Amino acid sequence: MKPDELSVIAERESELRKSFTNRINICCSSGCANLGALKVLKAFEDAVKDLGFEKKCKVARTGCLGTCYVGPAVLIEPGDYIYMGVTPEAARQIVNEHIVNGRPVKNFLYASEEYFHKQNRLVMKKAGNIDPLRIEDYIAFGGYSALLKVLTSMTPTEVIANVATSGLRGRGGAGFPTGLKWSLVANAIGTPKYVVANLDEGDPGVFANRTLAEADPNTIIEGITIGAYAVGAELGYIYIRGEYPLGVQTLRKTLDNARSMGFLGKNIFGTPFNFDLELRLGAGAFVAGEETAILASIEGHRATPHPRPPYPANAGLWGKPTLINNVETFGNIPMIILNGGSWFSKIGKEGCTGTKCFSLTGKVKNPGLIEVPMGITLREVVFNIGNGMLEDGKFKAVLAGGPSGGCLPESLLDLSVDYDSLTKAGAIMGSGGIVVIDDKSCMVDTAKFFITFCMEESCGKCTPCRIGLVKVHGILEKITRGEGTLEDLVLLEDMSNFIREGSLCGLGQTAPNPVLTTLRYFRDEYISHIVSKKCPAEKCFREQEKEATET
Amino acid sequence: MSFLDQDERLIDLSEKIDLVYSPIVDIKNFPEAVDVTLIEGAVGTDEQLNLLREAREHSRIIVSLGDCAVTGNATALRNTVGENNSDLVLKRSYVDNATIQPQIPKQVPRLLKQAYALHEIVKVDFYIPGCPPNADLINYMIMELVSGRIPNIDSKFKYG
Amino acid sequence: MSQKTVRLVIDGKEVHAAEDETILKVALENEIDIPTMCYLEGLSGLGGCRLCLVEAKGMSKLFPACTTPVSNGMEITTNSERLLKHRKKVIELLLSERTHICSVCVANGSCELQEMATRFGVDHVPVVRRWTGFELDMSHERFVIDRNRCILCTRCIRVCDEIEGVHTLDLKMRGKDAQVIMDLDEPWASSYSCTSCSKCSAVCPVGAIYIKGKSLAETKNRALPEFVFERRKR
Ligand SMILES: Cc1cc2nc3c(=O)[nH]c(=O)nc-3n(C[C@H](O)[C@H](O)[C@H](O)COP(=O)(O)O)c2cc1C
Ligand code: FES
Repeated sequence: MKPDELSVIAERESELRKSFTNRINICCSSGCANLGALKVLKAFEDAVKDLGFEKKCKVARTGCLGTCYVGPAVLIEPGDYIYMGVTPEAARQIVNEHIVNGRPVKNFLYASEEYFHKQNRLVMKKAGNIDPLRIEDYIAFGGYSALLKVLTSMTPTEVIANVATSGLRGRGGAGFPTGLKWSLVANAIGTPKYVVANLDEGDPGVFANRTLAEADPNTIIEGITIGAYAVGAELGYIYIRGEYPLGVQTLRKTLDNARSMGFLGKNIFGTPFNFDLELRLGAGAFVAGEETAILASIEGHRATPHPRPPYPANAGLWGKPTLINNVETFGNIPMIILNGGSWFSKIGKEGCTGTKCFSLTGKVKNPGLIEVPMGITLREVVFNIGNGMLEDGKFKAVLAGGPSGGCLPESLLDLSVDYDSLTKAGAIMGSGGIVVIDDKSCMVDTAKFFITFCMEESCGKCTPCRIGLVKVHGILEKITRGEGTLEDLVLLEDMSNFIREGSLCGLGQTAPNPVLTTLRYFRDEYISHIVSKKCPAEKCFREQEKEATET
Repeated sequence: MSFLDQDERLIDLSEKIDLVYSPIVDIKNFPEAVDVTLIEGAVGTDEQLNLLREAREHSRIIVSLGDCAVTGNATALRNTVGENNSDLVLKRSYVDNATIQPQIPKQVPRLLKQAYALHEIVKVDFYIPGCPPNADLINYMIMELVSGRIPNIDSKFKYG
Repeated sequence: MSQKTVRLVIDGKEVHAAEDETILKVALENEIDIPTMCYLEGLSGLGGCRLCLVEAKGMSKLFPACTTPVSNGMEITTNSERLLKHRKKVIELLLSERTHICSVCVANGSCELQEMATRFGVDHVPVVRRWTGFELDMSHERFVIDRNRCILCTRCIRVCDEIEGVHTLDLKMRGKDAQVIMDLDEPWASSYSCTSCSKCSAVCPVGAIYIKGKSLAETKNRALPEFVFERRKR
C-alpha cells in the first residue's frame, strides 16, 4: 500500500456508496444474529433482487446499532431510519413500502428518540454503517488515514504528546492516563517491545468490547498500530475471549485483510515501520482480563496475575516493556490523531474526557449498548436513555462497574459518570456495565450474587481473595437464611476491608465493593434481614418457608 | 491431666479458688454464678451442647482449654467426611469396624451433625491452645483471672 | 553483584540497596525481620500469601516485600498496627481454609503455619472453618501428598519447575478449589516426569507433602541443598 493508494480507494468507495440511492444496513453482531439477523439479511437481499433494485439499493451486513434488545435491528440510509424486531416477512414489507414507495413502515420503526438523544457515538460512530468485513468500507469513512498521517508526518513523541493532550484515560477500568502509559513504555529500556490489546471482557452482562470488535474491527487495529509506532513495538497481540466466536472470526479475517492490503506487515505505507498483530484466545476466566494475567496467558502460563511493580510498561511480555490497553482505548486513537488532542479534550468532562461505551442492562425499558460523553449523570442514563423502569417498577439502585462495582442508591442518581466520582461513591468504572435494579430485588441477595461470582472467579493465588471471599459469601448466606446477627455486619465490613487492602490484583481489591456499598447505602435491608427476619423484597427466606410448609 | 501438671502450684491455687464443678466433683447440675469455667473438649453430641450452653449462662468467664476445645482437634476429624456425617460416622465405627455384634448404640447422646469448637457455639472469652495445653499457661491464665487482670498469652503459647 | 545505588528507609533505618533487589532482600540484609510464607530464597517470587505486606509512605496500597523492587527514596514500614492485623487475619484464613489439625500432622512442631500462628497471637480461628476431605495420594513409594493441609503457597511447584527443572507439579482448578497435581492430574506413582528428588517435600511449609513414615522433624535435618534449607534452619 502506497500513501496515495489510500485516497484512491477512499474516493472510489464513496463514489460507489453514492451510486446507491438507498442502503439497508442489517446488524449481524452477536445480539441480533442470535435473534435471526442472518435470515433477515437473506430476506432483504432476495426482496431487493426480486425487484431488480440491486444497482439502486445496497443491502449490507453491518455491526451493532446499540439497540440490541429489540433486534434484529436494521438501519436504512438516507435518513437513518432504524427498524427493530425485523422478521424476514417484515423485510419484504419494508423494501416494498420504504424503498419503493418512500413510506417508512411505522409498526417496525424504532420509536425511542431519547435513546440516541443523549448519546454521543464517537468510537461506535461507523459501527452501524459499515460492513465490518470489508476493509474498503472502513477506508471510505477515512479509515487508516490516521495511521498514514502518523507514519508519514509525525514522530512517536508527537503522537504521544497528542494522546496526552487529549486527556484520554484507559477504558479498561482503572482509568490510567493513556498518554502517560505510552510515554512510560516508549521510554522503558529493553527491546523488543510489545503491544497487547485487552479484549477479554470477562464481566457478566458486559458486551461493549465485543460489539466494537464485531462492528468495527479496523478501528481497533488502526489504533493498536498507531500505539505500536508510538512506543516502538513491532509485534502485538489481541487477547480475546474464546467465548466470542463471531468476534474472533471477524478479527481473524480483518487481520488477514489488513495484512494483504499492507496496513500490517513490513514497511507499512512504504515507511521503515514494521508491525504485525496476532490473535490470542482466552479460555474464559474473569481474572484473565487483568493485565498481568493476560501477559502470563500469552506467554503460555496459567492466567494468574502477578504483583505490580514491576509494571508491564517496564517488564511485561517475556520481561520486555509492554504496552497494554483496552481495545476501546485503542478505538479512540484514530480520531484523536485525525482531529487533534485538543479537540478530544473538549468532549466529556474536564479530567475525564471523551466518551465511554456502557452496556446498559437490568430493569430498564431500553437496555442496550450506549456510548455517552463522560460526565453524564446516572439519572440521564437510566431515565432518558434507558427510558425509565421496566413494567413501571420502582427504581432502587444502579450497579455501576460490573460484578465488582458498587450499588448506588436513588440519592446518588445525579452523580456524574466519570472515574473519580464513581470511585468516590464506592463504585468503579470497570469495563462499563450498568445494571439497573428495581425494588423487587433484595440488595443483600444482589451483593451475594456478585460475591459468588467473584469467589468463583478468584484465581486462588492470594490468601485474602481466595479465602476471604468465601467467608464474606458465608456471612451473606447466613444473613439471607435469617441466621445473621448484628455482629456479622462488623465481621462483614472488617473482612471486606481486609480483602480490599490485602489482595494482589484488582479482582480482590474491588470484589468487596458490592458488599461495602450495600452496607453503606442499604444498611436497613441488612438490619431487616437480621432483626425482623424480613426481606424487604420478599426474595430471601422463601426456600425455608417452602421447606417448613412441606414438613 | 494438664491441669494437674501444675504440680505444687495447685496447692497455692486451691487457696485462691473454689472448685465448684468438674467431672470429679460430685454434683449433677451446673452451679449458678460461677466466676471462671475452664472447658475442655470439642462439642460433638447434644448432651455436650446443652452442658456448654448451661455453662455459658452461669459463668462470667469461659476459657477454652486445650486444642479440642479451641479447634475441635481429633474429634473434628469426622467433619472431613462432610456435613451431616453422624450416621456415616456411627456406621463406620460401630458397624463396619466392629468385630462382634455390629450395631449402632441407642442409649448414648445423639451426635451433632458436626463436631464444633466451643467458640463456634457460644461466646468464649479466653483461649488456651495446645495439645496438650501447657501447664504454665493454665496456671498463668487462672492466676491472672483470679487476681482480676486480663491475661495476655500472646508470647506465651504455641499454636496446636 | 550490582552496585548499591538505591537509598531507602525501612522502619526508620536508612539502608542501601542494588536496583534489582526486593524490599524483602534488603530488609533481610539489614536484619529487619519481615514474616514470609510463600517466599523461598532461590525461587521466583509469588506475592501470594500476603504475609510480607508492607506500607510505603505516600501510598495507600500495600506492597508484598517479597516481590516489590526497591526504588530510590522509598520509606517502608514493616510492622504497623494495620499490618499486624492483616497478618493475623492471613493466618486465621489459612487455618480456616482446609483441614488443619496440628496434633495429627507430620509437621507438628516444625510447621511454618503453626509457627506464624504462634507468632501473631492466633490463639483460635474466629472465622467459619471449612472441612475438606480430599483423598490422600499415597501411591508414590516414598512421598505422600495430603491436599487437605495444603496452603497453596506453590513452593513445591516452583522448586520442581525452577530448580529440579521437570515441572511435574502444577495447579488445577482455581480459587478455593485449587489443588496441586502431578502431571495431568495423575496419581503420583504414575507420574512420568517425577524424578523422586524429594525437593517438594523439603520446601513444603506445612505437612502437605512429606516423606512416608517420617515426621518433618526427622527429615528437616537431612543434608539438602542450601536453598531448600534457608527457612527450615531457624
Ligand atoms: C479482575 C480484572 C478483570 C479485568 N478485565 C478487564 C477486561 O476484561 N478488559 C479490559 O480491558 N481490562 C480489564 N481489566 C483491566 C486491566 O487490568 C488493565 O487495567 C487494562 O487492560 C488497561 O488498559 P487501559 O489502560 O486501556 O484501561 C481487568 C482488571 C481486573 C483486575
Ligand atoms: S511471602 Fe511475600 S506474599 Fe508470601
